[in-house]
Amino acid sequence: MSALVSQQTVSRAVPVQQIVSPRGVAAWLVEDYAVPLVSLEFAFKGGAAQDPPGKAGTATMLAGLLDEGAGELDSQAFQRALDEKAIEISFNCDRDYLGGRMRTLVRNVDRAAQLLRPAINAPRLDEEPIARVREQISAGLRRDANDPGSLAGRTWRARTFANHPYGAPARGTLESLAMIERADLTGLTRRLVTRGALHIAIVGAIDASRAAKLVDEIFADLPRESSFAAVADIAPGGVGGIEIVDLDVPQSTIRFGRASFRRLDPDYMSAVVITHILGGGTGLSSRLFREVREKRGLAYSVDASLSTLDHAAFMHGGTSTKNERAKESLDVIKAEILDLSNSGPTEDELEKGKKYLVGSYALRFDTSAKIAGQLVHIQMDGFGPEWLIERNRQIEAVTMDDAKRVARRLFGDGSLSVAVVGRPAGL
Amino acid sequence: MDSSLPQDHGRSVGSASQAQHEGPEIVNFRLGNGLEVVVIPDHRAPVATHMVWYRNGSADDPPGKSGIAHFLEHLMFKGTDAHPQGEFSRVIAELGGQENAFTGNDYTAYFQRVAKQHLGVMMEFEADRMTGLALTDDIIAPERDVVLEERRMHCDADPGALLGEAVQSALFTHHPYGAPIIGWSHEIEGLTRADALAYYERFYTPQNAILVVAGDVEAGEVRRLAETTYGKIKPRVEAPSRQRPKEPPPVARRTVTVNDEKVEQPSWQRCYLAPSYHTAAPGEAEALEVLAHILGGGQTSLLYRVLTLEEKVAVTIGAHYMGSALDETRLFLYGLPTPGVSLEELDAAVDRALARFLAEGVDAEALERAKTRLVADAIYAQDSQAMLARWYGASLATGLGMDDVRQWPARIEAVEAASVLAAAKKHLDRRKAVTGFLKPDDQAAA
Repeated sequence: MSALVSQQTVSRAVPVQQIVSPRGVAAWLVEDYAVPLVSLEFAFKGGAAQDPPGKAGTATMLAGLLDEGAGELDSQAFQRALDEKAIEISFNCDRDYLGGRMRTLVRNVDRAAQLLRPAINAPRLDEEPIARVREQISAGLRRDANDPGSLAGRTWRARTFANHPYGAPARGTLESLAMIERADLTGLTRRLVTRGALHIAIVGAIDASRAAKLVDEIFADLPRESSFAAVADIAPGGVGGIEIVDLDVPQSTIRFGRASFRRLDPDYMSAVVITHILGGGTGLSSRLFREVREKRGLAYSVDASLSTLDHAAFMHGGTSTKNERAKESLDVIKAEILDLSNSGPTEDELEKGKKYLVGSYALRFDTSAKIAGQLVHIQMDGFGPEWLIERNRQIEAVTMDDAKRVARRLFGDGSLSVAVVGRPAGL
Repeated sequence: MDSSLPQDHGRSVGSASQAQHEGPEIVNFRLGNGLEVVVIPDHRAPVATHMVWYRNGSADDPPGKSGIAHFLEHLMFKGTDAHPQGEFSRVIAELGGQENAFTGNDYTAYFQRVAKQHLGVMMEFEADRMTGLALTDDIIAPERDVVLEERRMHCDADPGALLGEAVQSALFTHHPYGAPIIGWSHEIEGLTRADALAYYERFYTPQNAILVVAGDVEAGEVRRLAETTYGKIKPRVEAPSRQRPKEPPPVARRTVTVNDEKVEQPSWQRCYLAPSYHTAAPGEAEALEVLAHILGGGQTSLLYRVLTLEEKVAVTIGAHYMGSALDETRLFLYGLPTPGVSLEELDAAVDRALARFLAEGVDAEALERAKTRLVADAIYAQDSQAMLARWYGASLATGLGMDDVRQWPARIEAVEAASVLAAAKKHLDRRKAVTGFLKPDDQAAA
């Protein structure tokens, strides 16, 4: 019997049931019969940050290999079985988790479970796909080697998180990928692919009892506990400094950032509002967009946002501007950050920023896959389904006093860790 | 399925005989001023996607003015006499909505996503800027700089993007699909306020537009709102007709190469000139869709199997049919060579694999897998109101009708092996193709 633990509704669109399967696997479920499909999203805690020392890219490679043969089926047989029923199973890797998703027409949901179950319980990790996926990731690295955006991001992370797993490229390097052996992949599978730190969401044309059977079949036989290597907390470094990578391109691509607050910090939602006012949204609501793009025509895009990882929290942003005006662009960005720190937002900015953040939340829940993805992330952040309501309440509760105080706390003296790729003039 | 839609509000695309779960009942009608309207109900979330598509894109840029369709798309955010610059965007942001716009070869589209109760407000603003745009010279110059930065970011700094432009301009020797949507830099630099206004007055009129509303809405309500907003716009010109120069029959196999010192991963692509859903004979475009999937749709596809798994000359390889186009379009193959394999060797290996395919014919199981996947994609698309809105908008803007979209899965189901092979024999002809090589810097080639 599956137990319906609780039900929480953000709107009529997202009534979340918390279910626990007969064998004790917990999942969040949204029943939705409008379209005859089922989306399943899940995440195992522990991602690229758990790569073995000197073997950056192991978790990324593992994510690329979990759909490359399982149980009795080798890579081609597995992919063919997916194609025969148009079942989608894929895996992805982030810093702190290994994610997976399955999408299927509801009439094929049993077959989909039969394929996903061995993919995570008995991945083959055959030598042929290992070699092939290694080549594919390597080709991606070579393709991005001189891509300004990619290069600027890598440079920024490396200087901001020096000597820490977060500073290493999640996809590894050509050298580190070459070092990864099958034993590294099987070892990481044993450590991460478990029931120990697993979050699951299901959205679609399926009821609680069938969903419970589904998660049992797929997940219940996984090992009980994950085994994580210790990862140190790290404060973003390199702040106040700039690193320039010479590349013969007409534009300078800029990445900047500084420390922010942890996800559970009481000021976190105020920081979300402040950062949105600085560089969020889709256009004129953002100060950087107004000052950099609209008033001066310096760039096509400019943005800022917050990231919270398990062991670091930071504000970061970027733009691309022609080399001759790179200094001007960076100066404008710095001036806006410092102004927010010293004076806070205007009443108008605060009110409009809050309205946007509250109103746009529903747009994150308009497809099954997006709903499932949101629900897994809410779980990973450590919240229950009540967060679906609480999130907007907390944004609405941000006062001007909060905004000013938190802008000051967030932006301080305005100093940034900066990376620039191109031939910037004056920097 | 929603059965509450009043049938007298327009031609319904669904039919009583359709099987369960064939998706929402989509309604299509025209206002008195010629504006076409499509309503796609999706009642799962209280949001609405509001899009206006204009039947003009980069292929309608006047000679010497490449990029004007895209530049005007930017300028459409600069305010009107009734609503000065920034007001529309501010209102959207305050309502928690999202907005954007995009320009293609054959269309320019603007969209907002908002809570459904704000649909009427979106319509007021969008209708206002259909004919009320206010452009001043002080707006033009900085926005032109923004577009040049956009081009530098997405094209000029990316050798792969430059190769793509070179392939297209070699493939279309005469037809305007050969020019990049964003335009060539030297022509963007010369675009003026007068150019923008001339283009605007020619194309931005209700008979040239398609309103697509998807979300938690009813057709009757959309019609009422549309009539009180868009319905009041007087058609200001004759409905523009799109007469582009036709591409002559291609006779020369072409290879273009971009060498760039920034390239560390060479790449290969080939574009075949091919009919679109709009220009093809009945069933031919569907056969090309299935053909592209059999050749290069994922890991079980023919080219991946032969070139990546067996011969190991490609790290990855795939194919894509760009069927949504008003005029003759492209079937596109792309791949990355395995280290140590030259692009010339990969090119020859692709040709060998294609020749064998043409000789051996279509594998029955591969045909079934491709059809299953494509038909399922149409069901998966129902999960996203934004995707459905785009699908209908792009189809109507490229000369198709509602039934063409509605019946697409059935027509894919009907594709037979013989028609796939016939399409392959006719169109996989190197005289109709341009092959593109992206290579590291090579002094000898410079």
